[in-house]
Amino acid sequence: MSESISPDVTVDSRGAACPGPLMDLIGKIKQADAGTVFELQTNDSSSSHDVPEWVEKAGHELLDVVEHGDGEYWSIFVETRE
Amino acid sequence: MTRIVIVGGGTGGTVLANRLADKLAPDLKRGDVEVTLVNDGPDQVYKPTFLYVPFGEATVEEARHPIVDLVDRTVDFRVDRVTSIDTDAKRLSLQRDGALEYDYLVLATGANLAPDEVPGLVEGGHHFYGAAGAEKLRDALAEFEAGHLVLSVIGVPHMCPAAPVEFVMMADQWLRERGRREDVDITYTYPIQRIHGLEPVAEWAQPLFDERGIEAETFFNPESVDPDERVIETMEGTELDYDLLVAIPPHSGSPLVEEAGLGDGGWVAVDNRTLEAEHADDVYAIGDVADVATSKAGSVAHYQAGAVADRLASQARGQVPTAEYDGKTMCFVESGTDEAAFIEFSYERQPEPRDPNQFVHWGKLAYNEAYWLTARGLL
Repeated sequence: MSESISPDVTVDSRGAACPGPLMDLIGKIKQADAGTVFELQTNDSSSSHDVPEWVEKAGHELLDVVEHGDGEYWSIFVETRE
Repeated sequence: MTRIVIVGGGTGGTVLANRLADKLAPDLKRGDVEVTLVNDGPDQVYKPTFLYVPFGEATVEEARHPIVDLVDRTVDFRVDRVTSIDTDAKRLSLQRDGALEYDYLVLATGANLAPDEVPGLVEGGHHFYGAAGAEKLRDALAEFEAGHLVLSVIGVPHMCPAAPVEFVMMADQWLRERGRREDVDITYTYPIQRIHGLEPVAEWAQPLFDERGIEAETFFNPESVDPDERVIETMEGTELDYDLLVAIPPHSGSPLVEEAGLGDGGWVAVDNRTLEAEHADDVYAIGDVADVATSKAGSVAHYQAGAVADRLASQARGQVPTAEYDGKTMCFVESGTDEAAFIEFSYERQPEPRDPNQFVHWGKLAYNEAYWLTARGLL
């Protein structure tokens, strides 16, 4: 359950349109060690799909995607891998 | 007296200075208002010119113009470097000339290239985002007879979002005209799952890439470049060989902004519409340094300068400012060496690219020639 995930880093990209949220996450992941848990916050609906797709391609682990309100914003939880 | 200080003499800074000189002419004459423009060099550089340099269609000299000839005489233009910003005391420190106090500050310091962020990129890659880089690429392209040309978009956001798409389509045609295209493979890479951040532009460009045999690699985020082996390694775990690498390097904002606590990464956090800084009073940001949800493009700086000029003119007269920037962005997009398309969009409206044609291409070249009228505030 997402309530039990406590991220090491929260990236607030609310207000940014695609590809802003994904690029914000990529920028932070570049500087992170393996095993770091990120929460990316975005209110861009296309990012809520695109980011998990990239996470899978890049070999990181998608922990959860949580929608807040009625599409108000999403929290995407990712744990980095080597 | 109301002191307005603008830092940065690019498109945004000079258009703003000239618009203020026009709007506040009586106030400036009476000495009620003072407009100061500070730039770290005497010239303005019009960067879109650099796209044409690698193909021998423009020279780097054409991209440069003395700012003193561009700004109205009522503007106090100073060549100096701002070394720190104190938004509480409303004071700037200058490298040569002490300090400068302001009532309203506008940051228009642009974006910087940060190729060092990717190991091996400086040694292994070319770019066309500066005079030296564009000339070096021109020479490399002239000698490039056969092999794999890779255009890799590493930095997003970057200046002029259309430029990478334009470069590969121009390179395709330029190589065809010289009978070398069959000996050159062209690959374009982009960090996300399509070939451009703006979906309509990606949908417009993809069929053109397909027609011309330009390969695209998406979800491609270079982590390092091996300049000896000529290989790009990505965060996604893929590798790509190249013979000639043209990169859109990572960009950074201004260290001044970061140090002054005005925004992360050197980009000023602003209200998208009023362009007022979120972390300080009476500070605006326009152009590339402003962190807004649209492109880093000259037209953005131009329209933002218009909105901020209106706001500042109201404020200098003790009125409530009401002008806002609606996200308007306008770009010509070259699709070869003799055709281009035109797009226009805003925060609320997506671009609708049409089929490219020769008329728009000539329109773009004409605009490049006439650009200095824009900087003067006339166009």
